[in-house]
Amino acid sequence: MLSIFIKEINSFFASLIGYLVVGIFLLTTGVMLWWFPAGSSILAGNYATMDTLFSYAAPLLFLLLIPAVTMSTFAEETQSGTIELLVTRPISDWQIVAGKYFACIVLVLFSLLPTFIYFFSVWQLGEPPGNLDKGGIMGSYIGLFFLAASFVAIGLFASSLTKNQIVSFILAVVLCILFYKTFDAISQLPIFFAKSDDIIQSFGIESHYTSMSRGVIDSRDLIYFLSVIALFLSATVLSLGRRKW
Amino acid sequence: MTIGVKVNNLIKTYDTQRAVDDISFEANQGEVLGFLGPNGAGKTTTMKMITGYLPQSNGSVQVCGFDVNEKPMEARRCIGYLPEHNPLYRDMYVREYLHFTAGIHSIPHAARRVEAMVERTGLGSHRFKKISELSKGYRQRVGLAQAMLHDPQVLILDEPTSGLDPNQIVEIRQLIKDLGREKTVILSTHILGEVEAVCDRAIIINKGKLVANAPIEQLKQQFTGQSIVTVEFAEATRDNILKSIKNVRTVHSIGHNRWQLTAPADQDIRAEVFAFSVANKLTLLELHKEVRSVEDVFQQLTK
Repeated sequence: MLSIFIKEINSFFASLIGYLVVGIFLLTTGVMLWWFPAGSSILAGNYATMDTLFSYAAPLLFLLLIPAVTMSTFAEETQSGTIELLVTRPISDWQIVAGKYFACIVLVLFSLLPTFIYFFSVWQLGEPPGNLDKGGIMGSYIGLFFLAASFVAIGLFASSLTKNQIVSFILAVVLCILFYKTFDAISQLPIFFAKSDDIIQSFGIESHYTSMSRGVIDSRDLIYFLSVIALFLSATVLSLGRRKW
Repeated sequence: MTIGVKVNNLIKTYDTQRAVDDISFEANQGEVLGFLGPNGAGKTTTMKMITGYLPQSNGSVQVCGFDVNEKPMEARRCIGYLPEHNPLYRDMYVREYLHFTAGIHSIPHAARRVEAMVERTGLGSHRFKKISELSKGYRQRVGLAQAMLHDPQVLILDEPTSGLDPNQIVEIRQLIKDLGREKTVILSTHILGEVEAVCDRAIIINKGKLVANAPIEQLKQQFTGQSIVTVEFAEATRDNILKSIKNVRTVHSIGHNRWQLTAPADQDIRAEVFAFSVANKLTLLELHKEVRSVEDVFQQLTK
C-alpha cells in the first residue's frame, strides 16, 4: 500500500497535475476571498469571516479539481494495461484502492493547508484581532476535509468504471454534484415539502457539510461522511474485481 | 523434480464460447515450457488464469503448490509475470519503476536487487531514463526486469520477444534460457523457431484445446524426423503388403489406390518403393517425397 501511495504522490508532482491542482485552488480561493469586490471579498464585506471560502468557493473548486485528480487513477492503468500487473502482485485490491485514495487525500490536504494563511489574516484583521467564529471555521475545515474525502472516493469509483479518462472525469463530476447538491434540491420539491424533505436532504452531502460548518461535530454527520467514503471505496474494489464476475 | 505450475482440466467460457477447453499440463522446475498456438488459440487466456488475473470457469491451477484461488497471495509471490504487450508506466523512470515494484514485493535490500536486475537484463545506462524514452527492446528488458525482480520460482512470459530486432531476440532468448535452468519458465509465442531455440518442452494449443504436449526433441522426431512419400498405383494393393517395404514405418490410404508412407528422415525409400512395385507387378503412377518441418507439424495440428 505504501509503495502505491508513494508512487501516486510522485506521479502527481512529476506530471504537473499536483502543482496545477494546488495552484489553481489557492489562486482561485485567494482571488475570491480577497480581491473580487462583488460582495464576496472579505475586504469589501468588512466582516471577519471566511464564509466565501467555505460556503461555495472551496466546494465548487473541489467539485471540478478532485475529479481531475482522480480521473487517471484507475482509468489510465486500465488503458495502458498496467492494472493487470498491479492486481496480480501479492497485494489485495483493498491495498491498491487505499494507496491511491490516501495519495489523493494528501494532495487535497496540500491545497487546504495553505489556506490557514487566510485564517491567520482574517484573525489579524478582526477588531479586536481574533474576534471571529473560531469554532465555526474549525468545523468548516473539518467539514470541507470530509467533503473532499467523499469526492475523492466518488472520483476513484468513477475512474475504476472506465478506461477513458474524460468519461471518468465527467462521471465523477456528475456523481459529486448528485451527492453534493441534488438531494438538497429534490427535497425542496412541493411533493416532499414538510413530509420527507429532511430525510431526502440528509442523503446529500450539503446538509451535513452545512451542519459541520456551524462548528458542531455531530456524530451523525461523521457517520454519514464515513459511510459515503466506505460505500464508494467498496464499490471501487468491487469494480476492480469485476473481471472475475 | 519440483512442479512449478500444475494446471488441471482448465476451462474458460465466455458466454457460450470456450476460450480454453479442458487443458491440463505441468511445468517443472528447471524447464522452459513453450506455449505454441495460432493467434486467438487461448494462450494468453491460459496465462492470465495462471497468474490469477482471470478466474477460471472450471478446473484448477496450482503455482508452487498453492492453489491460485485458495491461496492467492502465496501463489502470486511465486510468479513473475510479463503480460502481453508489456504494460509499463510510461511516465516513470526505469529505476523508479523497479523500486516501486520492489516496494510492492517488500524485497529486502531493494536497491542492490534493482541494480542486479538492471545489469542482468542489460539495461545499463538506460536505468536513468524515462520509460517512455526507451525503445521497444529496452522496454521489454524493463518488463523482464520487473518480472524477475522478486526472484520468483515461476516466470510467465507472454510473447517476450514480440517486436524485437533479431539481435535483441537472441539476447532475450539467452536470458530466458539461463532463467530456465533454475526456474519454471512458461513462455508463449507464435514463432516456431523460438520454441526450438529456447524451450525444453512445447505445448501446442488450438481453439482452446491442447493438441500436443511433448519435449521438443520428441516433437521434432515425431513429426520432423520422418520423410513422407506419396505413392499412387494403377492397381489395388493392401497396406500390410506395403508395410513390408524396407524402412516403411506407417502406411495411410489417402485416396483411391493412393498411399502415404512414412520413413525415417535419413532414409530415402523411393528406390525400395519402385522395386516393390516392379516385384508386385504394380504400375507406379506417382512417387514423391516430402520432408516435414516444425511449420508443417504446427499447421497440421492447428488446422
